[in-house]
Amino acid sequence: MFRFLSQTGLYFILLKKVFSRPEKPSVYYRQTMRELVFLGFNSIGIIAIISFFMGAVITLQTAYNTENPIYPTYLIGLGCRDSIILEFSSTITALILAGKVGSNIASEIGTMRVTEQIDALEIMGVNSASYLILPKIIATLLFNPLLTLLSIIVGITGGWIAGTTAGVITSQDFIYGIQYAFIPYYITYSIIKTLFFAFIISSVSAFQGYFVEGGSLEVGRASTKAVVYSSLLILLFNVLLTQLLLS
Amino acid sequence: MIKVDNLYKKFNEQTVLDNISVKFDPGKTNLVIGRSGSGKTVLLKSIIGLHEVDSGEIWYDDILFNELDFKARKSIRKEIGMLFQGSALFDSLTVEQNVMFPLDMFTGKPIEEKLERVNFCLKRVNILNANQLYPAELSGGMKKRVAIARAISLNPKYLFCDEPNSGLDPLTAILIDELIKELTEEYCMTTIVNTHDMNSVMKIGDKIMFIHEGAKCWEGSKEEILNSDCDTLNDFIFANALARQLRQSLK
Repeated sequence: MFRFLSQTGLYFILLKKVFSRPEKPSVYYRQTMRELVFLGFNSIGIIAIISFFMGAVITLQTAYNTENPIYPTYLIGLGCRDSIILEFSSTITALILAGKVGSNIASEIGTMRVTEQIDALEIMGVNSASYLILPKIIATLLFNPLLTLLSIIVGITGGWIAGTTAGVITSQDFIYGIQYAFIPYYITYSIIKTLFFAFIISSVSAFQGYFVEGGSLEVGRASTKAVVYSSLLILLFNVLLTQLLLS
Repeated sequence: MIKVDNLYKKFNEQTVLDNISVKFDPGKTNLVIGRSGSGKTVLLKSIIGLHEVDSGEIWYDDILFNELDFKARKSIRKEIGMLFQGSALFDSLTVEQNVMFPLDMFTGKPIEEKLERVNFCLKRVNILNANQLYPAELSGGMKKRVAIARAISLNPKYLFCDEPNSGLDPLTAILIDELIKELTEEYCMTTIVNTHDMNSVMKIGDKIMFIHEGAKCWEGSKEEILNSDCDTLNDFIFANALARQLRQSLK
């Protein structure tokens, strides 16, 4: 319990350091652009592939579990749309990014710690926490919502292709289904969740990396912890945000 | 000038710095020698402020450094250059970007001027045509020289070197030593070098302090070190067979 409290305290102390005034905004801007590429653009491929197959599977499972003449077939499209927008594109994407981006952040910062690169920054008079972590937080906050939107589009497209190819739904019914009773707020809800998850992924992973002590073994452990803790917090906040935003 | 008075530092219950007092002069290469684990690196990191000391005073000229807060320390840290044992170059930046980093961070100079300064520093440490290489593409000796170039890019008043020769062959080690000495005299820096390399001691040690188990055991010059009556120091100096044979033959 004491360890949990001290780690939580340390996390917030680190955040205070991260959000202090940057020494040179132009250098931070350049660093943020770099992180947008590394943490954002480089995740497009994996998010697109996973979303496509996720959408495809949701459509097929909905179709095979609602083989009843009472249910109109366009409900398959509606089910696919709502599942993807409400849960899969935000939460599942966040869990995938916790694995990919989170481990990347923790291992990068952790390696910098054990190879004294962070000490070098501190000696120069640079606020190392802010310089290393703030651009990553900003980059994920800016780019992850775009990844979520991409995931929604690709996921629904995947569902449409799988459904029509397998012959479980016609193209017209699917398109009617994804337009039927559409609530635009669901997109807002999904984006709000994504923003929270993006902050959790970048800050928790950075925290794990920043306080690494030891060598490569500890960097590996920090990387694993970053993924585990980020994922747990994502799931916890998913419940809280759903209750707050949809009740 | 850097002065340290009655420095104490403990990690858990283990004392790693035990009442260290010493003065490091400007324009001189001041060496801190001692066995591995004797407290050299902790002393260096304490002087820089990476470790907080339990008691004692650290003076940079007439400023009491360890009483300053983080913001106030920044102004002094901008005058510090540091060469780490593993070079600590930023992996994601090229050689040119590494050396330019302090200039980017702390000067508002136009890019042409910064590039000119970068090229000057790299030329000064004999690194040519490597501006666009990444640290992973450099040899150990080149990494150290780039790290020195980065350390001197802002014309520091104080230079700290932690085991600058570790992992280098004897010839490259001599080149690095000579470079540190030349730069110290050229810019009249207060240079502190941590080492356990006796070649360095005899070549560049203007002032030498020997520490053993966290305590200062001996202080003097390279001329005095061979005739010291400190047994622990003699054990350290004459630890290798060649040095022992030489001493025997001199006797």
